[in-house]
Amino acid sequence: MLNIKDLHVKLEEEDKQILKGINLEVPAGEVHAIMGPNGSGKSTLSYVLSGRDGYEVTGGEAALEGEDLLEMEPEERAAAGLFLAFQYPVEIPGVGNMTFLRTAVNAQRKARGEDELSAGDFLKEVRAKAKTLKIDADMLKRPVNVGFSGGEKKRNEILQMAMLEPKMCILDETDSGLDVDAMKLVSEGVNALRDAGRGFLVITHYQRLLDHIKPDVVHIMADGRIVKSGGPELALEVEQNGYADILGEVA
Amino acid sequence: MLPESKKTDLDQRLGALTMPESTGWLQSAREAARERLSVSGLPARRDEYWRYTDPKAFVQAAPGVVATENTTEVFADLEAFVITVENGVVSFTGDAPAGLEISTLASVATTDIHWAREVYGALEAAGSQPVVRPLASLNTAYAQDGVLIRATAPVETPVVIRYAPGEDPILHHVIRVTANASMTLLEVGTPGGRGNTVAEVEVADGGAFHHIRVQGPDDARHANTHTFAALGEASTIKSFTLSANGALTRNEAVITLTGDDAIAHVAGAAFGKGDFHHDDTVFVTHDAERCESRQVFKKVLRDGATGVFQGKILVKEGAQKTDGYQISQSLLLDDDSVFLAKPELEIYADDVACSHGSTTGAIDETALFYLRSRGVPKRVATDLLVLSFLAEALDEIEDDDLRERVSDYLADWLAQQ
Ligand SMILES: Nc1ncnc2c1ncn2[C@@H]1O[C@H](COP(=O)(O)OP(=O)(O)OP(=O)(O)O)[C@@H](O)[C@H]1O
Ligand SMILES: [Mg+2]
Repeated sequence: MLNIKDLHVKLEEEDKQILKGINLEVPAGEVHAIMGPNGSGKSTLSYVLSGRDGYEVTGGEAALEGEDLLEMEPEERAAAGLFLAFQYPVEIPGVGNMTFLRTAVNAQRKARGEDELSAGDFLKEVRAKAKTLKIDADMLKRPVNVGFSGGEKKRNEILQMAMLEPKMCILDETDSGLDVDAMKLVSEGVNALRDAGRGFLVITHYQRLLDHIKPDVVHIMADGRIVKSGGPELALEVEQNGYADILGEVA
Repeated sequence: MLPESKKTDLDQRLGALTMPESTGWLQSAREAARERLSVSGLPARRDEYWRYTDPKAFVQAAPGVVATENTTEVFADLEAFVITVENGVVSFTGDAPAGLEISTLASVATTDIHWAREVYGALEAAGSQPVVRPLASLNTAYAQDGVLIRATAPVETPVVIRYAPGEDPILHHVIRVTANASMTLLEVGTPGGRGNTVAEVEVADGGAFHHIRVQGPDDARHANTHTFAALGEASTIKSFTLSANGALTRNEAVITLTGDDAIAHVAGAAFGKGDFHHDDTVFVTHDAERCESRQVFKKVLRDGATGVFQGKILVKEGAQKTDGYQISQSLLLDDDSVFLAKPELEIYADDVACSHGSTTGAIDETALFYLRSRGVPKRVATDLLVLSFLAEALDEIEDDDLRERVSDYLADWLAQQ
């Protein structure tokens, strides 16, 4: 599904190398987790994959189902099936959540040559999906993420993911800021989308999320590289001992 | 004594104009206005309120521009009383809604007695101090026609003035809302390649005047408008203008709150590109207690467009408990566009709350990326952010249906750009 080969990325404005040769393959149907110390480049990787400005790819490649992601505009990547749940979801005053969702869903359908969703069908679907995430009607009416609590913003990300039904989902610290119950809701939302045709890349600091969303593979990222990959037990090791042992081991 | 250059400008301009035939009160008002004009002269670039906008196109004798056809359906299929202004000539058919008396300036030009006589030229004269408004005085003196409306009861049915472009029309409207009456006036279209429009609005105690204007969408338009309003006790004026494109637009609003507890809201949303030059000049005077005024102006500028906002709140001695607010903001879609703002507060009362702010910004890149990352194409995402920026000004439109119409019209217009 997602193939990243020797990806090197620096900041556009500064001479600062952030990703120093990332190799990562997430096959369809699998959930991969990325853990790693603050500042190791996890969010940068997610931004570069989704096409945010400000980064320069200095080497390597990234492909979604064989298609070169790095050549595409952000909206083309989305239409191709990539989705990023932001670590810090963005507030957009003046744009209603519903308008935003409908515009996004229909833009993607249009880009893929599909018919737009009728207003009625769209509404039905949003309401049903919002309900399972305990997002109330009022939140749907408000401007995108404006006045949402931290946890509400994260749930709103998952609602967008559920509506857009992407092939490859990247979740950047979707668990941070969630209370125990919200964590369960969000995990259920993610698990509901798990199927053979979909890949997940879950960035997290905590083992707890991985209790709910069981990963197939856990990667440890440090200083712009994947330094170790293993099974779910790797997350437990991090939880218990921190990164010192692992980093010491690979150094 | 006028300086030589101003004298030449005035002579040339007046030489190309003929004062329409009128008698009695109207003739006196015209002559008084021409007198004001002969003292002030026409505006020049070095005049205090013309530094940011070159008045040349308004001053020169020849209009120079022919407006392109422009139809907007923003208020179509609305239940309304429609007045048409074509090439500077006002016409309508049928009876005005109950509670409204409507006539045309041309038709009363030789009438001895008409209710408009107390207002015509009077609000303009009052509003021409302390800052002269020469183009408005010129209008009062030379107006070819205009719409005269008197509201004597609360009237639900809006009046729509639809402009079909002429070459160089001078139009002068008078609106009189009597005590506890209310009405809504909607204006749409472009009066002319070069249009000079004045509206004098008197709102008596407890009255309310709602006004929405949609200027555009023709590219070539040179429009100069003045709204003079005088507000009685506990009366209200709410005026909103949407300007889409146009070459040169100067909208002046001169509002005086003369009765206690009066409310004046003026707002504008403008979007323009390239040669677009848009100027909102607003002068609000608080001359009574506990009055509220709001100025909310937003401009989106692209491809080298220029936006100007000059807004003043003057609080006179004794105008205690004044609540005055003013915000002007621009969204620049590129580095070539400019926004020039001159916010002013002048306060002679001690117990007042006045605030003003002015900002200039670019599109929020983070928000733009967020939208695009969800599959929204850049163009559409930009439009969404532009609309959200302008929304605060559109929110000044009180009526939900009318606000939605204007908002939908703007969204459609943007999508076609
Ligand atoms: N636009 C930027 N300007 C300056 N530095 C940046 C920028 N983007 C990323 N960095 C730097 O790159 C490094 C990696 O940042 P990144 O946000 O990818 O880390 P992270 O692994 O997601 O950390 P965290 O766990 O704290 O979220 C950091 O040192 C960060 O300061
Ligand atoms: Mg991060």
